[in-house]
Amino acid sequence: MHEFLFGTFPYIAITVMIVGSIARYERDPFTWKSSSSQLLRRKQLIIGSSLFHVGVLGILAGHFVGLLTPIAIFDAIGVSHGAKQMLAVVAGGIFGIMALVGGAMLFHRRWTDPRIRKTSSFADIAILAMLLAQLILGLGTIFSSLGHLDGHEMVKFMSWAQGIIFFDGAAASYIADVALVFKLHILLGLTIFLAFPFTRLVHMLSAPVRYFVRPGYQIVRSRRKSN
Amino acid sequence: MSHLLDRLNFFQSKQLDTFSNKHGQTTNEDRAWEDVYRNRWRHDKVVRSTHGVNCTGSCSWKIYVKSGIVTWETQQTDYPRTRPDLPNHEPRGCARGASYSWYLYSANRVKNPLIRGKLMKAWRRMRKNMEPAAAWKALQEDPVLRASYVKTRGKGGFVRATWDESTEIIAAANAYTVKTYGPDRVFGFSPIPAMSMVSYAAGSRYLSLLGGVCMSFYDWYCDLPPASPMTWGEQTDVPESADWYNAGYLLLWGSNVPQTRTPDAHFYTEARYRGTKSAVVSPDYSEAAKFGDIWLNAKQGTDAALAMAFGHVILREFHLDRQAEYFEDYTRKYSDFPMLVTMEEKDGRMIPGRFLRADDLAGKLGEKNNPEWKTIAWDSENGLCAPNGSVGYRWGEDGEWNLEERAKGKDTDLKMSFILEEDHDEVVGVDFPYFGGEATENFHKCDHPDVLTRNIPVKKIKSGKKTITVATVFDLFCANYGLDRGLGGEWVSKDYNDDIPGTPAWAEKITGVSRDKIEAVAREFALNAEKTNGKSMVILGAGLNHWYHMDMNYRGIINMLVMCGCIGQSGGGWSHYVGQEKLRPQTGWQPLAFGLDWCRPPRHMNSTSAWYAHTDQFRYEQLSANEILSPTAPEGDWDINLIDYNIRAERMGWLPSAPQLKTNPLEVAKAAKEAGKEIPAYVAEQLKSGDLEMSCEDPDAPENWPRNLFIWRSNLLGSSGKGHEYFLKHLLGTDHGVLGKDLGEEGGAMPKEAKWHKDAPKGKLDLLVTIDFRMSTTAVYSDIVLPTASWYEKDDLNTSDMHPFIHPLQAAVDPAYESKSDWEIFKSIAQKFSEVAPEILGVETDIVQLPILHDTPAEIAQDQVLDWKKGECDLIPGKTAPNYIAVERDYPNLGKKFTSVGPLLEKLGNGGKGINWNTETEVHHLGDLNGRVLEDGVSKGQPKLDTAIDAAEMILMLAPETNGEVAVKAWNELSKATGREHAHLALPKEDEKIRFRDIAVQPRKIISSPTWSGIESEEVCYNAGYTNVHELIPWRTLTGRQQLYQDHLWMRAFGEGFVGWRPPVDLKTINADIQDDGDNLILNFITPHQKWGIHSTYSDNLMMLTLNRGGPVVWISETDAKSAGIVDNDWVEVYNANGALTARAVVSQRMKDGTIFMYHAQEKIVNTPGSEKTGHRGGIHNSVTRATVKPTHMIGAYAHQSYGFNYYGTVGSNRDEFVVVRKMRKVDWLDTPATQSPEAAE
Repeated sequence: MHEFLFGTFPYIAITVMIVGSIARYERDPFTWKSSSSQLLRRKQLIIGSSLFHVGVLGILAGHFVGLLTPIAIFDAIGVSHGAKQMLAVVAGGIFGIMALVGGAMLFHRRWTDPRIRKTSSFADIAILAMLLAQLILGLGTIFSSLGHLDGHEMVKFMSWAQGIIFFDGAAASYIADVALVFKLHILLGLTIFLAFPFTRLVHMLSAPVRYFVRPGYQIVRSRRKSN
Repeated sequence: MSHLLDRLNFFQSKQLDTFSNKHGQTTNEDRAWEDVYRNRWRHDKVVRSTHGVNCTGSCSWKIYVKSGIVTWETQQTDYPRTRPDLPNHEPRGCARGASYSWYLYSANRVKNPLIRGKLMKAWRRMRKNMEPAAAWKALQEDPVLRASYVKTRGKGGFVRATWDESTEIIAAANAYTVKTYGPDRVFGFSPIPAMSMVSYAAGSRYLSLLGGVCMSFYDWYCDLPPASPMTWGEQTDVPESADWYNAGYLLLWGSNVPQTRTPDAHFYTEARYRGTKSAVVSPDYSEAAKFGDIWLNAKQGTDAALAMAFGHVILREFHLDRQAEYFEDYTRKYSDFPMLVTMEEKDGRMIPGRFLRADDLAGKLGEKNNPEWKTIAWDSENGLCAPNGSVGYRWGEDGEWNLEERAKGKDTDLKMSFILEEDHDEVVGVDFPYFGGEATENFHKCDHPDVLTRNIPVKKIKSGKKTITVATVFDLFCANYGLDRGLGGEWVSKDYNDDIPGTPAWAEKITGVSRDKIEAVAREFALNAEKTNGKSMVILGAGLNHWYHMDMNYRGIINMLVMCGCIGQSGGGWSHYVGQEKLRPQTGWQPLAFGLDWCRPPRHMNSTSAWYAHTDQFRYEQLSANEILSPTAPEGDWDINLIDYNIRAERMGWLPSAPQLKTNPLEVAKAAKEAGKEIPAYVAEQLKSGDLEMSCEDPDAPENWPRNLFIWRSNLLGSSGKGHEYFLKHLLGTDHGVLGKDLGEEGGAMPKEAKWHKDAPKGKLDLLVTIDFRMSTTAVYSDIVLPTASWYEKDDLNTSDMHPFIHPLQAAVDPAYESKSDWEIFKSIAQKFSEVAPEILGVETDIVQLPILHDTPAEIAQDQVLDWKKGECDLIPGKTAPNYIAVERDYPNLGKKFTSVGPLLEKLGNGGKGINWNTETEVHHLGDLNGRVLEDGVSKGQPKLDTAIDAAEMILMLAPETNGEVAVKAWNELSKATGREHAHLALPKEDEKIRFRDIAVQPRKIISSPTWSGIESEEVCYNAGYTNVHELIPWRTLTGRQQLYQDHLWMRAFGEGFVGWRPPVDLKTINADIQDDGDNLILNFITPHQKWGIHSTYSDNLMMLTLNRGGPVVWISETDAKSAGIVDNDWVEVYNANGALTARAVVSQRMKDGTIFMYHAQEKIVNTPGSEKTGHRGGIHNSVTRATVKPTHMIGAYAHQSYGFNYYGTVGSNRDEFVVVRKMRKVDWLDTPATQSPEAAE
């Protein structure tokens, strides 16, 4: 069972996420959007959404760097496992709380405002609830982490994550003995990957990052080539 | 090809060029996403069609089709231009029409023929071993089987059926009914042919060939203003909306133009830019109120008092103290002001009596032709004369029926008044009835007496031995308005501040509008008319016309317009916009619609009287004739129930009947043949002996029930059915919400003429067939529902009176699912009927009972009211009683006749409104155009009528409005009667022939025709009465003029010889038995037209539901809401003896205290919870109303007061109703199964 959940399920989840997202982008471009409810009610949105997005982006970046950077690099630049663990706990804690507070505000808003409630799909509410649960679980891991500040547990997760990426058949075994809260956190995270293409989360793939670097105030698109 | 791959171009530079100092740049970013939006609005074709809904908008629309699916619609903008200095008509359309395409593929679409499951089961059981008619007979004769489906009406249980089986049941039911009871027991109800002429004609053609009954709608809807035929002898004729622009003063009265005339409202706005002043009269702050320079918030139902006060000011300032020359001249020529009225004595008092006629004078002024129908005036030189134009000149002679100021070939100068000392012989006191004291506690009760005696200057005329006292209409008219003319006496005034009936001060008390506003508006209205020769206009609507005494509201306003010379002048006049659809090519359509090409006459019925009797509403009638009778009524037998008046009217040939004779007319015809007698003589003899009875005398006898009813293009039960719950109880025989008791249970005064059955019948109909594209309330209650093509799936014609164009409905796509157009449906029923009929029917002789019709020579039948049954005269069919006419019905060939043009047109010609022309050429052309029938049989060689377009071509070919050659013929025919040349109105368009394919390209302006009283021209807008004023064609009234005095015995008996203020009547629908303790909010129930639907159509459309509140709502004022603890959006229950309805409350400052609005016709099939009061689902707006008939609307055989289909007759008023309103304690959706057993639910 452990092997399936942490050895096989990650591939299922990631495959569904990638293939599902491509399929949706190709087949149903009208639904590729963030479905903002700002027009229905601005209140709570600006502060809640800002907190949530900054927090979540921070956490995502942290997880990405923390889990996927080869251990050798940390060793090479002289960051000790203990220091890295500390950084993860502090930065993760701050961003996590920001995201949790923001997310809670968004959830409250979505649940209680009758107009937003009526216009929300099941997926809209479910994904927000899942993210909130995931944040709570993630923050919950801090208490466990405080018990082993030397960072050896963290190395297990890095090994697992990198094992998954490099198709290491034994990847699941690296985290066989970690605390339950970590396992739940990972499982829910993978489930969110699984749900990704069926929710509004897809909008993160179309974040208009390029706008930040695009010079010029007036953009004119050229004539389309006839083909 | 792939959105994703196309965008994976990170190594490509996006930037191509820069400009504006590098502030701008050209990029080659992916643009494929644009296709998504571009494709969204891409389509395969655009087809012109319109919405065949009961709306005068008649807007042409572009229907967009994409991959065989109708996707959306937008307004057409290609109406022919008007002319410089006049805004164009386009764009026309509103949000309702724009949402129509939703219906086509919605869940509410009827997709297949549906039959009530229990009926189908019983039918199949019978049909297994029997022929169709025998099977239906067996089914009907088994009371248990019949009840099994009758009692489940409205409770679901439909199953899918085939067209073949559905039409076979219908044909069998029709054949059985014809054979057993008579063809006049097959009824059909469909309204407003103008909105889809061919679809209407399909059903009415089938019914007319069968001998069935086509039921009227305009009067039933209470949109017919009886004041119009009373004043002008004209059903309704009004200015087109473009003519509002020409007005100098616009008075909007009880009409909410921006909300209910949306496509026309722009002319109102544009008129304001032109400088037109506007006053708005409306009890609530309506959307129109904000357009007004002044808003007069008169209390609902008091408009007649306001109109009288306006009239008082106008007469005082423009006719008496100063005589405006234009007004004097106009009223002398075009109104009955100069006509003489005889004074009658009753108990030593004088009351206004009949118009003086040539017949009353010794020597009859030398008049040999119709002297009793030639009214008399006083010429300043020659004294008594019979001026040209009265109805006596119309029939039996040629050349003098015109409005030239002549009599007997001599020029005249008619006196309008005998006010001068030298003109009158005496001043006498004349009694006028006054009804202001009869108001209920909800209206201002006046303390003036019920008879007001006023001084009138009269002349004494010697005629042989007797002396006749006469006065002019004008002198009586001024006295009726309470104007002091220096003759002394009571009840007249010179001071606007006196509380004398007629003054602004008096009206202020009744209406709540301050006297200074009344004076100001009256003065401005008249002053503008004087300066512009009549360019003052009143736009009036349902807010006035739906009251029991609507004639008073209307005549009050018509009087103002006539006093000011506004009728017949462009920019002026009477703009009655209430369901006044105009079937422009009427005379071309009639032969198609009523099968006049095969047999004449058709059976027509006035629906109000029919439903009043057949839904047993008469059994609950609380209004007695005595309550509305005038204290000055001549001696007579007036103390009878309202239904009794209707029966007398039918007996005397005034109103039509359906059914007609208690015995099957096919049997009567056989008996006549056996007796070897002519049919009229035989029927007369049998009626006199009492062996034959008229059906109207016993509406509850099973022989007299309507047995089969077709409803198409209509939602009778969900919309217009006043007394909805009575329909359910007695006509349908299913669950109902009637809370009151009938006269038998109450112990009220029983009818004297109508036979009373102790137990009222329940479930009179054997078969109810509804043909619709959507599952309406009516469909839900039907036995068979047939799916019809929507308005984007059929070919048809559409016209309106709001613009002068004719344009089509067209099939943009084929009918979806299994639906078929109305034409195809009735064609298949007709063909199936021909297959089924020979089982029991062959070629039969039918006897059609025909009332005495307006615009026929017979209309001057009864200058005295004499009832043959009381022995007052002999029964002479067509004179003192209805006519009885033998008509051959070839039942086995009905299908063949349906699909071909019959030979009678060539033989008898075509025509309308009293003129007839030869139409052989047109029938010949039609044969060339449509092709001729090749197959052997009755129709061989006749022009084909196979498709709806063939039928449309028949209309267009025969009608003067769409065929210039016919127009010229028609005008020439009219010239014979008037002795004046009229053809110049059509000659320039003689070569014009409008075809179906022409109007598919662009709407076409129609051609001037004598069917209508206005003209189509490049100089003036269409305006009613234009040809009367400018061509001197008489109005089709007794006097030939606009008739402001009504002298028929019944008009005088009910105190309506002249206009008067009559408070709303007391319908007594709230009493201690009905009203629950603690429910103390009682409000006047008003049902205006809504913004989110056209009647019930669109009220179940998702888009309109979203724009409104998503279900039934009522509007109440903040004060009223507070008093009953109601807050906005609460569920409320509204009830009285007639039933109960449930709705959400809209609490609004806009509402006047004391009223509740329920926008008319919100479907009860959407979001309607159960009523606590009835235990059944809350009803529609008509659940708390009941039709109440008025005797003066039954008058017939009296020139302009003669029957015409949708032209005259009783009207279904509904605004005098009061209701109890309370907050609902428990909202029960009744959404659990009624029964657990699937067997029973089946």
